[in-house]
Amino acid sequence: MIAILDYKAGNQTSVLRALNSLNIEAQITEDDDTLLKADGVIFPGVGAAAQAMNRLISTGQDKLLSRIVENKIPLLGICLGCQILLEHSDESDTKTLGILPGICRKFPETWKEDVLDEKGNVLTQENIRIPHMGWNSIEIHKDSPILNNIKTGDTVYFVHSFYPEPKNPEEMCIASATYGEKFCSIFGRDGLWAIQFHPEKSGEIGLQILKNFNDYCMKK
Amino acid sequence: MSTHLCKRIIPCLDVRDGRLTKGIKFENNIDIGDPVETAKRYYEEGADEIVFYDITASHENRGIFLDVVEKVAQNIFIPFSVGGGINTVEQMRAVLLAGAEKVSVNSAAVKNPHIISEGADAFGSQAIVVGMDVKQVDKTQIIPSGYEVVIHGGRTFCGIDALAWAKRCQELGAGELCINSIDADGTKEGYELNLTKLICEAVSIPVIASGGAGKPQDLVDAVTIGKASAALIASIVHYGEYSISDLKEAMRNKHVPVRI
Repeated sequence: MIAILDYKAGNQTSVLRALNSLNIEAQITEDDDTLLKADGVIFPGVGAAAQAMNRLISTGQDKLLSRIVENKIPLLGICLGCQILLEHSDESDTKTLGILPGICRKFPETWKEDVLDEKGNVLTQENIRIPHMGWNSIEIHKDSPILNNIKTGDTVYFVHSFYPEPKNPEEMCIASATYGEKFCSIFGRDGLWAIQFHPEKSGEIGLQILKNFNDYCMKK
Repeated sequence: MSTHLCKRIIPCLDVRDGRLTKGIKFENNIDIGDPVETAKRYYEEGADEIVFYDITASHENRGIFLDVVEKVAQNIFIPFSVGGGINTVEQMRAVLLAGAEKVSVNSAAVKNPHIISEGADAFGSQAIVVGMDVKQVDKTQIIPSGYEVVIHGGRTFCGIDALAWAKRCQELGAGELCINSIDADGTKEGYELNLTKLICEAVSIPVIASGGAGKPQDLVDAVTIGKASAALIASIVHYGEYSISDLKEAMRNKHVPVRI
């Protein structure tokens, strides 16, 4: 069974519905025992880092997440859940969980994207719009069970104003995306993954990633 | 491989009493099908996002609409937003809990702009889309851009300049704007490109162009000349004239980054 950590994150029901559509047994729960006995845990998230951290600390779920990782239960952080696995977020200068080394930064408005004409020539460059909202492709840097049947160039749905910057990207960064400049879109290690985009809202590609996570959890 | 953020194609479904409807210039609404089935079809055809507008007249039928939202959320795994008749943070919460990613406020924001910041504080800016209906008027001191915000389907002029309002919405915390030209809506003669470009150049959040799509090139123009991040479509796909994949193919041929 996959447990979705209940800390009233906006997308937790969407994650559950996506898993249900794949016939994966899953439940949203805040019960420590259920979470610690699950085959895998999904840590969702939408919204502001500081509010999420306050909630996690006040309920003791910050420590619970560390225990889940110590007990080697596979963990998948999504969007804000991915960002706050790192040590610090520039969003309201917030100390975050520190389960993975690195920080989360605001997209600089000075990053630029090419503007093409109808023949594909670069006409000019424009500042990126923030939030980074919509479908963008990923570039895979490392083989990983979370990316079975996923290839470079596949597009997924992003919506965020801050981006993760894990320490030792050569070691930690599994896939990147480019929005003006390149940033890490999936990072971590086997059994502990952080995904900046929304697999639950990324159509068939996203569902495949959730299925990969479940497959990994069931094999363990 | 394209390393660009894709331009989005967003079909807009007007829902009345639980059924899909489409009128021209907000009049003569006719029943054109089941919203859940239609949303599923567009999801499978490659829509990047879907917008639902509740144009239900009576409050009693609001529950029917929430049921539609919930059924949609169980069947499609792309983002969708919901607008129409949302006046309070509680109403926003209801549609977000039913499964929508974003809520769209329109006339409620004109009447009470703080609904935008209250919504952004409660759910994050990414969840708040401000929709605005706009009509071209003579340039005056009050309306220097020559584009005025209207409500009630274009029947009521608000005395607010569309350009100034777009900037204000961004300041208040909107995560996205949807700019609907009442002049172009339903005409199938193309988006109002001057208006779209004017707003896109004035704000730094994503902008959806709305109103007037009749052929694939109109979408290309909206995201190139008009500089929009996304194009809203309705009649161009509702009656089977084009499929979403036809439109994307045409955009890709013009080197517009799209998800295929």
